[in-house]
Amino acid sequence: MKRTGRFSWFYFSSPQSFYPLAGALQPWFAGLAVILCAIGLYISFFVAPTDAQQGESYRIIFIHVPAAWMSMFLYLVMGFWSGVGLVLNTRLSSMVATALAPTGAMFTFVALWTGALWGKPTWGTWWVWDARLTSELILLFLYIGFMALQAAIDDQRRADKAGAVLALVGVINIPIIYFSVKWWSTLHQGASVSMTSAPTMAKTMLLGMLIMALGFWMYSIAATLARVRCVILERERQTEWVAAEIGGQA
Amino acid sequence: MNWGSWQNFFAMGGYGLYVWGSYAVTLIALIAEIVALITRRRGVIERLAKYYAARRRNHETEA
Repeated sequence: MKRTGRFSWFYFSSPQSFYPLAGALQPWFAGLAVILCAIGLYISFFVAPTDAQQGESYRIIFIHVPAAWMSMFLYLVMGFWSGVGLVLNTRLSSMVATALAPTGAMFTFVALWTGALWGKPTWGTWWVWDARLTSELILLFLYIGFMALQAAIDDQRRADKAGAVLALVGVINIPIIYFSVKWWSTLHQGASVSMTSAPTMAKTMLLGMLIMALGFWMYSIAATLARVRCVILERERQTEWVAAEIGGQA
Repeated sequence: MNWGSWQNFFAMGGYGLYVWGSYAVTLIALIAEIVALITRRRGVIERLAKYYAARRRNHETEA
């Protein structure tokens, strides 16, 4: 591909030009993730005070909330790229959606697991079928369903389309998760941090949580970039540039 | 936050099992994903190298 003088975002919509860009950016996001998580963990365990009501058990919040945020956010991003791939037929968009799913599923699992371990000492139970917990479990099934559906269809374009439709239909679940604590009476507490009101928690607790969330965000970008590079190589193996790329590697 | 001793730190005010159970599994999940990504990349490169080698051999026999 020949580069024209003017910068164009479409330049990077081709897998061939995105592959080296992703490779160049990936270590920076990985490094940022390590630094942010290290700072976040330090604040979580050595700066943030003991909670007056929950004692030390509340410290699960520093991974529980960021993981839950990422699980929902990554699904929205996956839905967005799925939609772009469906409408514009851009190959890279579908590849990015495919690459996002495992990381999203991982964070959904972490949110559910840490939630169970936090629920036991505070509510007296690992699990309840309330709206927040159930809709988050459905999110995990949506991620798994998306991956299974794509893996089950041999024709790549049809796999992308079927996956995209599933992803887009599943987006309806995200506002349900987010507002579940408002719409229904749930055992799960309401939001401590919302877009409409001031946070109802100590400043250092909030800071630790936000830095951990940023760390998880950077990790997600790094993991997705690494995975999309694998997906690009696999799907573009018929092209000359991948043959040349592998030739240089081996 | 001053824990006083490592013992207190690991005890987490009696919630050690829950707090460390959460952090340990999160760490395992992150490491598992990173290992899976490294393995996948190695596998892809290895598979494609074989694929191109086979393709080259086929071209040579055809010619």
